[in-house]
Amino acid sequence: MIRDRAPRPSAEAVLALLLLLAAVPVYAHEQSGQAAGFLTGLKHPVSGLDHVLAMISVGLWGAQLGAPAMWLLPVVFPMVMAFGGFLGLLGVPLPGTEIGIAVSAILLGLMVALEARPPVWVAASLVGFFGVFHGYAHGTELPAGENALLYSVGFVIATGCLHAVGIGIGLAHRWTMGRVALRIAGAVIALAGVYFLWGAVS
Amino acid sequence: MTRHPLSLLGAVAALTLLPAPAHAHLVTTGLGPLYDGISHLFLSFEDLLPVVALALLAGLNGPKAGRLALFVVPAAWLLGGLAGFAVGSPLLPGTVTAASFLLLGGLTAADRRLPSGGVTALAAALGLLHGWLNGAGIAEAGREALGLVGIVSAVFVVVALLAAFVVWLRPPWTRIAVRVAGSWIAAIGLLLLGWGLRGAS
Repeated sequence: MIRDRAPRPSAEAVLALLLLLAAVPVYAHEQSGQAAGFLTGLKHPVSGLDHVLAMISVGLWGAQLGAPAMWLLPVVFPMVMAFGGFLGLLGVPLPGTEIGIAVSAILLGLMVALEARPPVWVAASLVGFFGVFHGYAHGTELPAGENALLYSVGFVIATGCLHAVGIGIGLAHRWTMGRVALRIAGAVIALAGVYFLWGAVS
Repeated sequence: MTRHPLSLLGAVAALTLLPAPAHAHLVTTGLGPLYDGISHLFLSFEDLLPVVALALLAGLNGPKAGRLALFVVPAAWLLGGLAGFAVGSPLLPGTVTAASFLLLGGLTAADRRLPSGGVTALAAALGLLHGWLNGAGIAEAGREALGLVGIVSAVFVVVALLAAFVVWLRPPWTRIAVRVAGSWIAAIGLLLLGWGLRGAS
């Protein structure tokens, strides 16, 4: 029996139809994860109390020391901290990172509480040494899919702003009551550092 | 079975119409390549921050260095951009821009007085390097070279405003604030280098 058959579509036509229906994502000009990377970097330093207290104590101590230390420490610290982050990104082992961060809060808090006035290079070295630990621990935690450059920008800006907050509070050093308040704040930071240390070693 | 020639043509046409992923980070404003170029600078921190650092450094080094940088950076950027566009390939890893962050940010943070020739050389190097990468990126994305003019115009404006602002600053603490900004840029550059070496970005 002979039937009337509908013309069969060619293979090329089917392929053409399928290709037209194929939805391939277009990435042109889309920069995914940009704002998220910046905001994550911005939030990261303020999300950990250990980091916040240490950064603020750098500003407080700088304000107590006065010029040039007040300005030298915020210039030195971001670069040293970034160096710590750089080591972390390269995978260079740095044992005892959490302990180092806790000890930084203790020592920097004590410096503020005692209103210590070492030579500027000693103060800068102390702050720089502990900055490596903070950068190592916090500078490398980029969530997947987010922009590394903008994460770094947000991270450095937030850290710098914490310093500025510390310096701003530290300006209370001009008044007698303010000096006492700063020393009490330093003691509180040192005590918090002891708590962090307890958590790090237990 | 005989194949209709139009069916094969349809398949080929469909293939050519498939949207291929393009990862170029060039900006599309919808206003044309000139505005795309202007927007590119302000939305691309890997280009913007080194320009800011150079403008700050030139400003710290006084009016003469600022005036030289104002014209040398855009000229070198355009030259490098045209060369990169002609070659059509960056030939350099993207992390090379971290060197601009580190060098210019570090020098700004250190606030070292440089000879005007030194600032000019840095300005030329910055313009050539980043212009080259921009030009190659534009060529790779199949965009118009006019975008370079937009980028260069934006660079000119940023250097003019920032360098003049820093030259104008008088109180000592403001100079420190500029140095702090430089240290932030250097720190970002160091992290950027780390990310690049780690292969994350």
